[in-house]
Amino acid sequence: MLLERIKTLSLLLVLGQFLVSTNVYADEKYTANECFEGVSRGVLKFNMGLDKALFKPVAKGYRNLPVPIRVGTSNAIENLRSLLTLSNNVLQGDWQLAGNTAGRFAINSTAGILGFFDPASKMGLEKKSREDFGQTLAVWGSDSGCYFVLPILGPTTARDTVGLIGNTFLDPVYQITHNTEVMNRSYSEHNYYYYKGTDAVDFRSKNIESIESLEKNSIDFYASVKSLYLQNRIQKIANEEISDKTQDDSDWEEIDSQ
Amino acid sequence: MKKSFLLLSGSILTWCLIQSSCFAYSSDPKQFVAEIVNEAKVILNSGDSKEEKAKKLSEIALKTVDIKGIGRYTLGSKRKDLTSEEREKYDAIFEKYFLKTFTSRLTDYSDPKIDVVSSEVINEKYTIVKTLLLATNKKPEVKIDWRIYTKDPNKPLIRDLIVEGLKLARTQKEEFASILSANNDDINVLFAKLEEFINQ
Repeated sequence: MLLERIKTLSLLLVLGQFLVSTNVYADEKYTANECFEGVSRGVLKFNMGLDKALFKPVAKGYRNLPVPIRVGTSNAIENLRSLLTLSNNVLQGDWQLAGNTAGRFAINSTAGILGFFDPASKMGLEKKSREDFGQTLAVWGSDSGCYFVLPILGPTTARDTVGLIGNTFLDPVYQITHNTEVMNRSYSEHNYYYYKGTDAVDFRSKNIESIESLEKNSIDFYASVKSLYLQNRIQKIANEEISDKTQDDSDWEEIDSQ
Repeated sequence: MKKSFLLLSGSILTWCLIQSSCFAYSSDPKQFVAEIVNEAKVILNSGDSKEEKAKKLSEIALKTVDIKGIGRYTLGSKRKDLTSEEREKYDAIFEKYFLKTFTSRLTDYSDPKIDVVSSEVINEKYTIVKTLLLATNKKPEVKIDWRIYTKDPNKPLIRDLIVEGLKLARTQKEEFASILSANNDDINVLFAKLEEFINQ
């Protein structure tokens, strides 16, 4: 079983290397070619329909919970998610971030009562952005590949899809819930999907107005979503706050209106 | 004489308050953003109707945002292919489009609490002013960076808002590029789409 998983992970690493270009991540492009735009536009429409019928109402209901419960749930999910971040910090060779992530997890899981509270931030271990295997592939020099939209999961690129599969092998939460013989205890696979579902609802509840505003003010919603997704990925890969340093803005230089 | 001078000053002041045209914004980018934020806050907290709020916010935008510059940037390389008539038409339509989206986004907020945190000079033409839209019971805290064009140091202008690292001008540029590329780069299709949006 373990051997099978190692084989699959090795295959993914090799596949990731196929996407490698001569670009380093700092030169990440802020646009990507379409894999199959027509299909992707259809899938986005389907996702938005599903969102209106299911995810948005659930997110609105979740928002009615008392603030301390929502904040605590969000903290606990973030704490579990940090294990995947830690695996990727290590793979990216970012030892400083790895130390920060490990420290936060140790403190919040104990003093923070299973991550419900965030005492680590008060102790100076700041919350950093999430890392995933798609970002790791980018740090290793992989180009984004083409862009498309997945049903339910949303916007992605060829690299980030390989990353999604890689995440399952690198995420200790996935491994524990999908392997019945961890430390002689049995954890149901359902727990993993509850965790991922809660994470999605938490994210959606924090973005109800911003997604509504984007829909209302876009003349091409699909293009807006693509642009925002790619900008967000560039930022996350570079771990930079000011995107002026990570994105090409030479176009502005030609515009002289004063 | 003194009485008529006072009367004249009073009339000018009243006219200025009505028109808001005598109010000059600070030339310091950080102060400039703080003034805009405060002015917008007063409007959004007022009991005015949504239409009245939108009208007043548009007046602020016309004085403080480089709408023409944003429009040209948003059009990308296509701007070089336009005739002078097309460019004029585009500038006029884009201004209406911009004001509609700008006011629509803002009027959804009531009682926004924004802290102006710091500013960073990028080069002689640009300063980034960092602000925080504070969290409410429903919404998380949001970082908003303002790209301020300072080529004329006495008259700074807003060129972009960067919300949690996501640039609104770039997003709009890619939207326009997508419409143009799907329609053989025909600028008239973009005009039609923008007009359709404005008249909605």
